[in-house]
Amino acid sequence: MAEPTLVPSDGEQTPGQVRIKNYSLNFGPQHPAAHGVLRLVLELDGEVIERADPHIGLLHRGTEKLIEYKTYLQAVPYFDRLDYVSPMNQEHAYALAVEKLLGIEAPPRAQYIRVLYAEIGRILNHILNVTTFALDVGAMTPLLWGFEERETLMEFYERVCGARLHAAYFRPGGVSQDLPPGLAEDMLKFIAHFPKVLDDIESLLTENRIFKQRTVDIGVVSKADALAWGFSGPMVRGSGIPWDLRKAQPYDAYEAMEFDVPIGKNGDCYDRYLVRMDEMRQSLRIMKQAIEKMPGGPVKTDDRKVAPPPRADMKRSMEALIHHFKLYTEGYRVPAGETYTAVEAPKGEFGVYLVSDGTNRPYRCKIRAPGFAFLQAMDFLAKGHMLADVVAIIGSLDIVFGEIDR
Amino acid sequence: MAAYLDPSLAALGDKIKADLDADILAVEIEKGELCLTVARASILRVLGHLRDDADCKFAALMDLCGVDWPERVERFDVVYNLLSMRHNRRIRVKLSTDENTPVESAVGLFPAAGWFEREAWDLYGIYFANHPDLRRLLTDYGFEGHPLRKDFPLTGYVEVRYDAAEQRVVYEPVKLTQDFRSFDFLSPWEGLGLAQLGKLPGDEKAAAPAPAAPAPTAPAKA
Repeated sequence: MAEPTLVPSDGEQTPGQVRIKNYSLNFGPQHPAAHGVLRLVLELDGEVIERADPHIGLLHRGTEKLIEYKTYLQAVPYFDRLDYVSPMNQEHAYALAVEKLLGIEAPPRAQYIRVLYAEIGRILNHILNVTTFALDVGAMTPLLWGFEERETLMEFYERVCGARLHAAYFRPGGVSQDLPPGLAEDMLKFIAHFPKVLDDIESLLTENRIFKQRTVDIGVVSKADALAWGFSGPMVRGSGIPWDLRKAQPYDAYEAMEFDVPIGKNGDCYDRYLVRMDEMRQSLRIMKQAIEKMPGGPVKTDDRKVAPPPRADMKRSMEALIHHFKLYTEGYRVPAGETYTAVEAPKGEFGVYLVSDGTNRPYRCKIRAPGFAFLQAMDFLAKGHMLADVVAIIGSLDIVFGEIDR
Repeated sequence: MAAYLDPSLAALGDKIKADLDADILAVEIEKGELCLTVARASILRVLGHLRDDADCKFAALMDLCGVDWPERVERFDVVYNLLSMRHNRRIRVKLSTDENTPVESAVGLFPAAGWFEREAWDLYGIYFANHPDLRRLLTDYGFEGHPLRKDFPLTGYVEVRYDAAEQRVVYEPVKLTQDFRSFDFLSPWEGLGLAQLGKLPGDEKAAAPAPAAPAPTAPAKA
């Protein structure tokens, strides 16, 4: 019997021929390169992606619903648990949104501390993303080097708020406490030492032939596509749009900071990697300036209806004691109104749409996660690529399921 | 905080109102944010205008979400947050709908709307017409109900656990070992406007008509 010849799935079938069927492949939810609990249903024609259908929600915890049942202060820790790679950047968006509704501003020192820690969060995030991305496409060593530095940075987190990840440090009205003595000096030591690590990582990756083969011209996003899909952060900057909320709509002390916004040329995975590497260097610049320019003074607003009084006052002043009691039972009331406030989180635009009805709990708190917009473009990005490129694309999207599933 | 004082926002709001007069129900500037309320039927025309008009160029849909106001006749708001990188501005577009009235899907204008609308459908049950793929997004396979509605309980209706005997995950009605407690810490005597002052607990007694004084039956004692 003659060997049957093959026809493609959409070709015409004649007797004696076998139709090749596209087949579906489940990528995840337990796949190490899925960066969490992504279930990606891939329709393959041979090894070429025909359709990618991400199924999300496996980490859905109902954060937005829970926040509606908490006071404004109790809602803060939920933001650490969204993108758990850069927790404070998300608290930042929430704190700014609540401050906007309350019509208050954090004191200058608090603003500088926030900028300092937001940049630490950015480095934390980019180290994790760049090195795990490299791991996904075959490079092991950057991960080992990078995670040592992440450890140092998480110690900075721990020293200022007591927690390595779930900080609850940026509160509406300021930050929860001042920097401990000696911390700034250690940070300066880190700033002096870290560029060397970045150089080492770059020496392994940037001109690495395998790394470039896996990333150059993979997952190309044009400027128009980046806008249409609602991209932000390194995903638009990699495509050559110089858009950074820290520059365009500066919040807190970013106006006083001098830094450059790196952009890419081709919008492929490789450019996004380069953008992130350079952003880390810029973050170091910002950290240095924030430490050097940091003014003295209080770290939370002196509006006692919003921020608690110092512990010493509570021992002497009846009024301070009442304020403290009221703040930690009833919380504060936020005037009715709504705002959409966004910050430049490491992954992109992290926005909080907050609706207040005048009580002590948010009426609605919509969390706009950058990764959500990136992942929905997966079908558009992966179509026509090979199966192995899916891993590279996911790596360069920088997705974390805490924020996508919420 | 230059955004608070940006005079061009008001001018932009007036211009949009002039261009799309019948479609815009209200233009507000709240805390430096421009917000349009539009008629439900004209949402696509408004979004298209905002995207393409040279003075607007709101080319990126950053966010789309629902808000539930159960006491209203049209209980849902659909809120679109747009960003113009060209002009460095944001705008918010709102419309209202109810459980049964579909809203035109914005996917044709902004591909980014796809998942945001799926999410609003999943969590609120807001139906988007002409959406290419309106499936649930965040909740479990086979989930029933729309969890972010205000009348959906925080604890939900079903819980899952792994049953070792049956060797599978089983779904059961939620059993709470302790009643769900929602503390209302709002103190009633502070921060309320005068209009609400009549609603203090116990006021209903004072407001009720006083029982009629007993009619004098016996003549006063001499």
